Amino acid sequence: MSDTTHHGPPTGIRRWLFTTNHKDIGTLYLVFSLVMLFVGGAMAMIIRLELFQPGLQFVNPEFFNQMTTLHALVMVFGMIMPAFAGFANWMVPLMIGAPDMALPRLNNFSFWILPFAALMLVSTLFMPGGGPASGWTLYPPLVLQTGDAFPFVIFSVHLLGISSILAAINIIVTIMNMRTPDMPLLKMPLFVWTWLITAYLLILVMPVLAGAVTMLFTDQFFGTSFFQAAGGGDPVLFQHIFWFFGHPEVYIIILPSFGIISQIIPTFSRKPLFGHDSMVYATASIAFLSCIVWAHHMFTVGMPLAGQLYFMLSTMLIAIPTGVKIFNWTATMWRGSLSFETPMLFAIAFLFLFTFGGFSGVMMALTPADIQYHDSYFIVAHFHYVLVPGAMFAAIAGVYYWLPKWTGHMYDERLGKIHFWLSAISVNLTFFPQHFVGLAGMPRRIPDYALQFADLNAFMSIGGFLFGLSQLLFLWGVVRCMRGIGDKATDRVWEGAQGLEWEVPSPAPYHTFDTPPVVK
Amino acid sequence: MIPRHARAIALSLLPVISLPAGAAPSGWRQLNLPVGVTSISRDAYDLHMLAIYVCILIGIAVFGAMIYAMINFRKSKGAVADRTLTHSTKAEVIWTAIPAFILIFLAWQTVPALIHIEDTRDSDMTIRITGYQWKWHYEYMGEGVSFYSALGERSNTARQRNAALRPAEVDHYLLEVDEVLVLPVGAKIRYLISANDVIHAWWVPELGIKRDAIPGFINEGWFRIDQPGTYRGQCAELCGKDHGFMPIVVEALPPEEFAAWLAARRPAAQAALASSQP
Amino acid sequence: MSAHRSLINKLLLACVAMFAFGFALVPLYDVFCDITGINGKTDKVAAAAPDRIDRGREVTVEFLATHDPAVAVNFAPETARLRLNPGDLQTVSFVVENRTGEPIVTTAVPSVSPGEAARHFMKIECFCFQEQPLAPGERKAMPVQFYVDPELPARFKNLTLSYRLYRSVGQSASR
Repeated sequence: MSDTTHHGPPTGIRRWLFTTNHKDIGTLYLVFSLVMLFVGGAMAMIIRLELFQPGLQFVNPEFFNQMTTLHALVMVFGMIMPAFAGFANWMVPLMIGAPDMALPRLNNFSFWILPFAALMLVSTLFMPGGGPASGWTLYPPLVLQTGDAFPFVIFSVHLLGISSILAAINIIVTIMNMRTPDMPLLKMPLFVWTWLITAYLLILVMPVLAGAVTMLFTDQFFGTSFFQAAGGGDPVLFQHIFWFFGHPEVYIIILPSFGIISQIIPTFSRKPLFGHDSMVYATASIAFLSCIVWAHHMFTVGMPLAGQLYFMLSTMLIAIPTGVKIFNWTATMWRGSLSFETPMLFAIAFLFLFTFGGFSGVMMALTPADIQYHDSYFIVAHFHYVLVPGAMFAAIAGVYYWLPKWTGHMYDERLGKIHFWLSAISVNLTFFPQHFVGLAGMPRRIPDYALQFADLNAFMSIGGFLFGLSQLLFLWGVVRCMRGIGDKATDRVWEGAQGLEWEVPSPAPYHTFDTPPVVK
Repeated sequence: MIPRHARAIALSLLPVISLPAGAAPSGWRQLNLPVGVTSISRDAYDLHMLAIYVCILIGIAVFGAMIYAMINFRKSKGAVADRTLTHSTKAEVIWTAIPAFILIFLAWQTVPALIHIEDTRDSDMTIRITGYQWKWHYEYMGEGVSFYSALGERSNTARQRNAALRPAEVDHYLLEVDEVLVLPVGAKIRYLISANDVIHAWWVPELGIKRDAIPGFINEGWFRIDQPGTYRGQCAELCGKDHGFMPIVVEALPPEEFAAWLAARRPAAQAALASSQP
Repeated sequence: MSAHRSLINKLLLACVAMFAFGFALVPLYDVFCDITGINGKTDKVAAAAPDRIDRGREVTVEFLATHDPAVAVNFAPETARLRLNPGDLQTVSFVVENRTGEPIVTTAVPSVSPGEAARHFMKIECFCFQEQPLAPGERKAMPVQFYVDPELPARFKNLTLSYRLYRSVGQSASR
């Protein structure tokens, strides 16, 4: 590579503050996301601690509600979305043979918005009246009862949204304009494809969220009545606008996970991805369908029969392209030559547990049954299955998969495997029983519960603590590699790895692909 | 008729994993959706179980294939990758079509239940439910009987931090109220639901009813309770700090006992109404 | 860079358009509610007079009145329920009494249940069409003149008209 013709990175804090290098910014995103994982995780630990036993032992209900709200906001906007933005920054240019992102300075800006937005969001906890306590869905009129924190919550959501939109624009421009000449769109690796579609989804729905919270803001401070019945508004309108954003948001989180899994499974099956093109079409159909199903989150608000039928059927349709993906991954493993390094283990756990979360998703599509499931712990179990062993396991798999390329050092395989088994077991201990307490009648977002739920809640809390502690092993493993401890990684790293990112040395030089590479 | 019939067939095809009918409430029953005491709750239960069975069958197929692949195509067992196996139109058509048929079957099963839920015609009585932060208000329409229903005193004591009374010492901790909603068995009860401040949701699992209470607007639904008994539920929509502490208790009485109860409440209710209208 | 520029412009335009779309959902939702009757919203303008009376059936209309806790009034319907033929023009009154020592301005928000019947509930004249000023301690009867559309599907036999009284938004903002 032409590393010698370029200056290396500047040193010290200035490198990170002013960097326009996609690898540095990717690292920043990933480190930020790791920090937020532990911030949001600490909140989850407080929730599980309070729910360990019936009665209130540790926190007040007000604070408990702030924890559930901020746990969700931090994990969604602070942890998982920046994690995937980090993967995109690092890997998209490497995978398409581009020297950098298309808009490097914008890239720096879109990252550095994040820490301030997150700091503002978390600082609301210390304001008079406390942080937001209305759930991450911010439903009015309840959210309008937030104390002094209200404008800061709105503003930080705006900032987080702007950051995502700018990153999405950057990713789209990079993918559309900066591919090496002999990589047509349909030849792109699936991770690039899923991110391209995700970026379009972000542009489609993040502005709608911005609009929704802006309306909340003007309702609170400027006397408008978008959501207040008194002035001719309607609180249910907010739910429609929110879920118009909120349902695609779920896929904004899960599509890049699909992309990562679609890179990892072929590598460790030593076989190309099965049905590459149908994977692309499935991703695109999931993205499209995700925009027209939002009101399945609202079956209990009172909806005409035609509406219930429509939203039920369109929701079920999503299961078809999602099924195609699951089957294609399985077919990729079929007649392969499988080995089970840590990234593959997490990918397989994703395959099983995401599918499991998909099953409860299909159950919830059935409106008459969903009326029972709605706002119970069954829902909590469902979305944690698709988000934790779903999206988060995919992100962890991706970290183990590409960490040697990023740092030049292999992670400790033994440590990785211990981390995997502890995580995979404890995640089920935590979330599997939630299906049962939900079905038995435990509502979500309650700080205290009836006695018949006590045993399982204690069990879930222990699982939760174990899951939380297990992630410290992950932190340790990552920090080891970052500090240069561990075997030197080869350029290809994995025997079955295919793609441009494996053609460059490990660690990837500061500047890569100054001249467009040739795709074999 | 057809969907019900199909559902019965589907359920009867699965005798191995279906539970013995009429089993006494076992540990499992308490961990599953209650069958409940209304036609609406039974519809929800039937669909729920049908969906579970369908998911178990699909799960056996899908997870089975994955596990088979993991066991038989291991590099450590000397498996060599077949790098030509990257596409098969036939397989892809099959695994697009089969889920589509299964989903159409499931959707078809829900239609009668959906139509049934919406049918509020010919009700025998109407109650009005209003959600408050953090209690419920019930009114028996046209009877002059209305009251608030808040968390029971003992639960309310035990739920405080560092309370001397422990939750385990309270019967039906967090699921008991000061004034229960008394309703007749066998009557078609129509409810009108709204809220005073923020959105609440009235949920009693055994009645199969969960409906949002939206401030400023009214919604309605119905149920008919088949068996006398006490049925407990909770607010299901986050409504502020005491969201977890506004339970619902419905006591279903035989019609004569209900009529007697209502008659006894009437004068008292009227006297209370005259002296202290809020 | 120019290839970037045109794509960036398009994407930014898409963002602005989607932000505007968020706001466009507000009137779209009203149209949607009119058609489907979500939340039982009724028209805010007067309906035309009925052209026929359907003597063949009767429907029961119940009247409810509630008020926001922030406004101290008594508010109740004079009539609890009416049985009437679709197309039959009727007037009922809701009595409001200002319990405060100051003048207030109120608005009433109607809601009809079942929601799908809401667009068949026709109001010729309604106190909810305008804001209602009330002098300190004033008590007045506020009429609503309405009929049930003869086109109401036969499956609806019970309708409920509910009003919730609020302090008008202009007044509560200056509070």
